[in-house]
Amino acid sequence: MFVATVSSGVLVLVGAVFLACAVEMVEALTIVFAVGHTRGWKSAFEGVFVALVALVALVAVFGPALVQIPLSTLRLIVGGVLLIFGMQWLRKAVLRSSGFKAKHDEDAIYEETVAELRASGQSVGRDRVAFVMAFKGVFLEGLEVVVTVLTLGTSAHRLGLAATTAGIALLLVVIIGAIVSKQLSSVPENAMKMSVGILLVSYGTFWAGEGLKVSWPGNDAFLAFLVVLYTLVTWGLVALAKFESPQKKAAAHS
Amino acid sequence: MSKKQILPIRLLKGFAMFWWDFLVGDTPELFIAALVIIGVIAGLRGAGYNSAAVAALPVLAVLSLGISVRRAINSSKKK
Repeated sequence: MFVATVSSGVLVLVGAVFLACAVEMVEALTIVFAVGHTRGWKSAFEGVFVALVALVALVAVFGPALVQIPLSTLRLIVGGVLLIFGMQWLRKAVLRSSGFKAKHDEDAIYEETVAELRASGQSVGRDRVAFVMAFKGVFLEGLEVVVTVLTLGTSAHRLGLAATTAGIALLLVVIIGAIVSKQLSSVPENAMKMSVGILLVSYGTFWAGEGLKVSWPGNDAFLAFLVVLYTLVTWGLVALAKFESPQKKAAAHS
Repeated sequence: MSKKQILPIRLLKGFAMFWWDFLVGDTPELFIAALVIIGVIAGLRGAGYNSAAVAALPVLAVLSLGISVRRAINSSKKK
């Protein structure tokens, strides 16, 4: 029983951090590839390096500080944040799956970034535009990962595991990106985002309840029930939204 | 307002903007919903209704998500 309850919490934590990190890094990789292919790799790598250092510094500063907050307060705050964040991800994923919102298209983003970089003209010496673009891409996408890692990791008292999982996801995306040497447009981003949304809302519900001293039936095992519940609800919402989707209506008229 | 703000103020503004975008962004209804959910559950727990809190928390989250999706679909149809 103990092993089962610990496993469900750990699995949700690892799954949420891994998928969130992978999705965000796929998006960052697209920008880095656009910068590297258009303006040269030196400035792109410099931007990536500085962004990664800044993100690691944020974890190093805020991680230990968060641990000092009383656990029930921390879980309530984290639960609230994850609830909002997870519902935002789920909402977007439902709207994308049902055709009410355009899916994230890495090829289009790549072309858009390349056009923007070409329009800004070549720099003499250090390529400031390329550096800033690569830095912003990695830092902004990485910030969401940092928030996910810090909130989930500290609340579950598994910051090390959360950080390691994020590191593995980052490494995996970088290795795959380097092998194929292009943006990862065939990654099922929406399905991954939907999974992250489900896991974040599940954790958010659980931690918010814990922070308010709600006694969950089965303790940590209740997380697994929440994951199943939100998965079913998401499928239901997608199915309902598809009835009204513009694509379905267009198909019916043709 | 001067264009060149001092660094700590710029950083502070950037930090506040990040959290605003992160938590509120284009879905203020979800931010408000989370606050309402926490308030309701705190009230139920304060009154000693644990079972009601266990049931209400996920139900309210599902309702909030459903309402937010509905709103998005409606506004998408108006466009």
